[in-house]
Amino acid sequence: MKKVLWQVLALMLVASMLLAACGTPAATEAPAATEVATEAPATEASGPEALPQGQELANAYAGMYDGTVVTMSGPFTDADAVKFDESVKVFEEATGIDIQYAGSKEFEASIRAAVEGGTVTDIVDFPQPGLLASFVAEGKAIDVNTVVNPDWLAENYIESWLQMGTMEGPDGPIMAGVWARANGKSLVFYPKAAFDAAGYTVPETWDEMMALTEQIAADGDTPWCIGIESGAATGWTMTDWLEETMLRTTSLENYDAWVAGELKFDSPEVRTALKYVTDIWFNDAYVYGGRSSIPTTFFGDAPKPMFEEPTKCWLHRQGNFITSFFPEGLEAGVDYDFFYLPPIDPQYGKPVLGAGDIYAMFNDRPEVRAVLQYFSTGESVKGWIEAGGAISPHLDSNLDWYGDPVTRKVAQVLKEATAFRFDGSDLMPGAVGAGSFWKSMTDYVSGSIDEDTALQQIDASWPK
Amino acid sequence: MKPVLDSKPVRLILAVLSAVVIVFLLQRGFVFLRDTTASKIVIVVFAVLWGVGGVALLYTVANWIVELLPGKWVARVQPIVFVGPGLALLFWFLAIPVFRTLVLSFRDPTGQKFEGFGNYVYAFTNRIMIETFRNNFMWMVFGTFFCVSLGLIIAVLADKSRYEAVYKAIIFMPMAISFVGAGVIWKFVYTYKGEGVGISEIGLLNAIVLAFGGQSQPWLILPPYNNFFLIVIMVWLQTGFAMVILSSAIKGIPAELLEAARIDGASEFQIFFGITIPSIQGTLITVTTTIVIFSLKLFDIVRVMTGGNNGTNVIANEFYLQRFTYSDAGQASAIAVILLIAVIPVMIYNLRQFRESRAF
Amino acid sequence: MKSLQTKNNLSNFLVNFTLILICLIWIVPTLGVFITSFRNSEKIFQSGWWTILPHNEYVKTGEIKIDESVDVNGPITVDGVTHTFEEWRAGVVMPDGKQLTWYGNKRTRQIDIQTQEWIWFETGMTLENYKNVLSGKEIRFKDGSGQEIVRQGNNLNSAFLNSIAVAIPATIIPILIACFAAYGFAWMNFFGRKFLFTIVVALLVVPLQIALVPILQDYTKLNINGTFLAIWLAHTGFGLPLAIYLLFNYINQLPRDILESAFIDGASHFTIFTNLILPLSVPALASFAIFQFLWVWNDYLVSLIFLGDQNRVMTMALAAIVGEKGQDWHLLTAGAFISMILPLTVFFSLQRFFVRGLLAGSVKG
Repeated sequence: MKKVLWQVLALMLVASMLLAACGTPAATEAPAATEVATEAPATEASGPEALPQGQELANAYAGMYDGTVVTMSGPFTDADAVKFDESVKVFEEATGIDIQYAGSKEFEASIRAAVEGGTVTDIVDFPQPGLLASFVAEGKAIDVNTVVNPDWLAENYIESWLQMGTMEGPDGPIMAGVWARANGKSLVFYPKAAFDAAGYTVPETWDEMMALTEQIAADGDTPWCIGIESGAATGWTMTDWLEETMLRTTSLENYDAWVAGELKFDSPEVRTALKYVTDIWFNDAYVYGGRSSIPTTFFGDAPKPMFEEPTKCWLHRQGNFITSFFPEGLEAGVDYDFFYLPPIDPQYGKPVLGAGDIYAMFNDRPEVRAVLQYFSTGESVKGWIEAGGAISPHLDSNLDWYGDPVTRKVAQVLKEATAFRFDGSDLMPGAVGAGSFWKSMTDYVSGSIDEDTALQQIDASWPK
Repeated sequence: MKPVLDSKPVRLILAVLSAVVIVFLLQRGFVFLRDTTASKIVIVVFAVLWGVGGVALLYTVANWIVELLPGKWVARVQPIVFVGPGLALLFWFLAIPVFRTLVLSFRDPTGQKFEGFGNYVYAFTNRIMIETFRNNFMWMVFGTFFCVSLGLIIAVLADKSRYEAVYKAIIFMPMAISFVGAGVIWKFVYTYKGEGVGISEIGLLNAIVLAFGGQSQPWLILPPYNNFFLIVIMVWLQTGFAMVILSSAIKGIPAELLEAARIDGASEFQIFFGITIPSIQGTLITVTTTIVIFSLKLFDIVRVMTGGNNGTNVIANEFYLQRFTYSDAGQASAIAVILLIAVIPVMIYNLRQFRESRAF
Repeated sequence: MKSLQTKNNLSNFLVNFTLILICLIWIVPTLGVFITSFRNSEKIFQSGWWTILPHNEYVKTGEIKIDESVDVNGPITVDGVTHTFEEWRAGVVMPDGKQLTWYGNKRTRQIDIQTQEWIWFETGMTLENYKNVLSGKEIRFKDGSGQEIVRQGNNLNSAFLNSIAVAIPATIIPILIACFAAYGFAWMNFFGRKFLFTIVVALLVVPLQIALVPILQDYTKLNINGTFLAIWLAHTGFGLPLAIYLLFNYINQLPRDILESAFIDGASHFTIFTNLILPLSVPALASFAIFQFLWVWNDYLVSLIFLGDQNRVMTMALAAIVGEKGQDWHLLTAGAFISMILPLTVFFSLQRFFVRGLLAGSVKG
C-alpha cells in the first residue's frame, strides 16, 4: 500500500513538473473583456446626439437600453449599499437600465475568484487601485478611454486622479476605470463641544499639536484615540499614519518612489516618518488604553471614547468616513469637528492624503458603457452625497450638495488640494499594500516584531 | 403469457428508455429551477425533491440496467455504479484541482512562466512561512490532543450519568454555531480595552484576571501564547464531534464484557484502559485522523479572530491570502502542496490500520 | 454492600460534578453572548455582560466643585481628606462610606459624590437587536430636500429558505453517494480498489480553497453558476472524502456473516444495500448527516463563491447586515443565535439515533 502511494506521488510530481515546464500555460484564458469588444461600437448613426461623456449615455437617456441589466459588485454593504441604490435610482428611472449591485465582505478574495472563474460583474468597484492593477496587468479590464470620452475625463477630474487611474496593461498603459467616490484623510477629529469647554485650541503645526498632546496628558487624560483592528484588514490605519508622516517629512517624489517600490521601507526616509508615528503611538500616556490596546481596538470603535461623559480621549486621525461610526445623534460642527493634520516641515507644504473608489469595466456592452459614462459625472453620486458618506472626485459636482458643514469642508479641502496624494498602501501591489504592510505594522505595534524586522519583511515581500 | 415483456433484451431497452426519460425530466427540472420566478417556498420544496429524488432515481435506474446485463458483466459493471459517481465527483472537485495546483506551484504568480522550485524555496526560508508551519504543528498536536482526550473523558463519564443527554447536548452545542458566531462569542472572552482610568474590561477572561487581582492582558496579540487561546476555540468547537462519535462507540461495547470485568473486581480505571480503550481503538484512530486533518486545514477560526496577525497565521489562511489577496497563484499553490505532503504520514498510518483490519 | 453503595454514590457525585464543571466552562462564553444579544448597542461596549446580574455599584448622588484657587497639580484637600489628583480620580472612599471620584481631567474641577447601591436589573434590555436582524436594520438618511428617508436593510427571510434549499440536498446527496461508494469499497471486489481508496483518504486533507477557482471556471463553461445544483455539487464534492472515509469505517465493520448468508439466499448487491446495509447504518448515517448539515449550514465561503447574491444564504445575509466596515456586535450576537435554532433542532431530533451511533460496529468479535 505504502509503495503504491509513493509511486503515485512520484508520478504526479514528475508529471506536474513536466506540465509546468513545457505545457501551454494552464491559466491563460481568453480575457473575458475582449470577447464582446468587437461588436461594442454598435452606436447607430441614427441615435441621438452624443453627450460630452459619450454616445451611449445619450442613447440610454433616449430609452434605447430600456429593460437591460447592468451588474455591479464591490465591497460596500449595508447602509452604503442602500445609499448607492438610492443615488442611482434617478438614472435607472430615466433610462430603464437596471443597475444590480451586490456587495460582499470578502470582496478582495471573491473578485479574484470571479474574474478567473469568468463570473465577474459588468462593473466592479475597487477601493484599492492596487488590486485593480493586477487585473489590468493580466488584460482583464477594459480601457476606459475607449468607453468614456477622454476629453471629458480630462475636463472633469484633476490631473492626479487621472494619473492614478492610468495603469499598465499588457499592451501599454490604459485608463483602468473612472473615479466615482473620494474620501479625504489627513483629518484630525475632536469632540468640539468638550474641546472648547476645556479651553484647548486647534494646532496649526506639528509642534503645536505635540504641545497640545502634552497638555492634555498633563491634564490627566490620554490625548489620542487609536485603534487599528479591522478583521482581515487589520493594520490599514497604521499605514495611513505612516503615509501622512511620509508626506510631511519628505518630498512628493520620494513618496511616489516609495509607493512604486523604488524607495525601500528600510530607508532613512521611512524610518524618520515612522519615528513621528511611534512617538505618539508607543507612549502609553498619549494613547487611550495604551499601546497594546491599539491592535485590539476596532478602528470604528476607536473614536467612541471621545464622546463619552467625561471625554476620555480628545484627538482622532482618520478619513471622513469615520463620522458614520460616531454615536448617533451627534451634530457635525457642534459636537465634533476636525482640523487638518498639521505639517511637520514647512518646506513640504500642506499635502493631503486621500483615497477613493475606482469603477472598472469588465464586460463591454452598450448599456454598460452608458452606465460607466454616467459614473464619470458628479450627478451619479449626488444622492449619496446628500445622504452623507460620500465625497465626489468629479469637478462638476457642487459643494452645496453636502448635507453637513464638516463633509463640505472635507470636500473643499480635496477639491482645492494641489499636493494631493493617494493612500499609498492602496496603490502598492496587493501582496504589500493589502498584505505585508498591514501585517508587519500590526505586528510591530503589538510588539511581536521589532522595527528592523518589520521594514525588511515588507521589502522582502515586494513582488519581483 | 408475457414472454416478450419478460425477455431480458426488452427489459433492458425499457430500462434504458426510462433512464433517458428520467435524465430528460431532471434536466427540465433544472431549467425550471434556474429560470423560475415562483415563490421561494415552492422553489425550495421543488429543489429538495429534485435534488434528493433525482440522485436516488439515478442510482436505482442505473442498477436496474446493470442487473439486466449478462451475468459476467454484472460483477464488472456494478462496482462502477456504486463507486463511480462518488469517485467522479471526487476527481472533479478535488483531485483535478490538486493536480492543477501541483502544476501551478512550479510557476510564477500569474501561472505563465516556469519557476522550478523557487516557490518552495521561498516557502521554507521566509520567516512568516516558518512561523506558519510552526503554528499548524501546534494546532495539530495540542488541538487534536485536547479535542480527543476531552471528548473521550466526557463520553466515558456521561455514559455513567443519568443526565447524559443534557451534558452531551451542551458540549455539542458549539458545533451548531457558525464560525462568525463563534468569533463573536470568543471576542467577548478575549477582548482587551487597555489600561487607564475609567476603562472597564468587557472581556470575560480579563474580568476574571482582574477579579483575582491580576492585570488585564491583550490575549490575542501575545505570541506565541495567542495560538493557544485560538486552539481553545477549536477545542470548544470540535470536542462535540469527538464526543458524539466516541460515545457511540462506547455504547457498542458489549455490556457482558464490562459486567464480567466488574464482577472480577476490576476498578473503573482498569476497565477504562483494559476494555474501553482497546474496544474503541478503531474509532479512536478515525476520530484522531479526522481532527488532525481538520486542524491542518484550519482556516475560519484564525481568519475570524486575528486574520493571521501577530504570529497566528496558519497554512490555509496563508494560501487564501497569497491566492486571492496577493494574486500569487504560484506561491499559494506551493503552500497548498506542502500541506498535502505534511499529511502523508497520517495517511500511511491510516492505510496500515485498514490493512490490519479485514478489508485491506 | 453498604460500603459499595456509598462508593457508588461518591463516584456518581464525582462524575456529575466533573461533567457539570466542564459543561459550565463550555456554556459560559455562549451564555455571555446570549445575554449580550438582548443588551442595547451602547451598553455592550461600556460594561461586561455579567453586569446584568445583581451587583453593588457606586451611583452618583451629587458633586463638589473645586475652587479655581486650588492647585490641581499638588495635593488636593476635600472635606479634610488630602490626596493627589490621580488618587482622587481613581476614587477615594470617605470616612462616611461615600466615594468621591474626580470627574474627567484636571480642567473640570469637579468631584462626583457616589454612594453604593444594589443594581438588581439592568435597564434597557431589548429585543431590538433581534428585530433588526429579522426584518432588516432601518437605515435613515436625508435626501437633497432634507427629507428623511428610511430604508429597510437586508433581512433574513428569504435567506433562511435559501439556506434550507442548500443544506438539505447538500446533506442527503453526499451521504447517499458516499454510502454507495463505501459499500462498494467494503464489499465489492474490483480492479484498483485499494489504489482508489488510497486516493479518497489522501483527498481528505485537500483544503477546499484550492478548488474554488477551477470549479468556478468549470461552472462557467457549464453555465450553472449561481444555481442550487452548483452549490449542492460543490458541497457534495468537498464533503465526500470524509463521508466515504467515515461510512467505510462503519460498513466495513458490519458482521460479515449476515451478508454472506444474504448472498447465499441469492440477493443482489443492490438488494443487500437497500434492505440490509442502509437500515443497519441508520445510526452512522444520522451522525454524519448532522455533521454535514452543520458544516453546510454554517458555510460562508463556498456559498459566497458559487451561489452569488440572488440566492444568498443565512451566513451571507448576516455578513451583509453587519456591513463591510461595521462590527455591529449587537446584531451579530442576535444573528448568531437565530442561525443556531435550526441546527440545534436538527441535532435534538436526530439525537435518539446516537444511542448506537457512528462506528459502533468497530467493536467486533
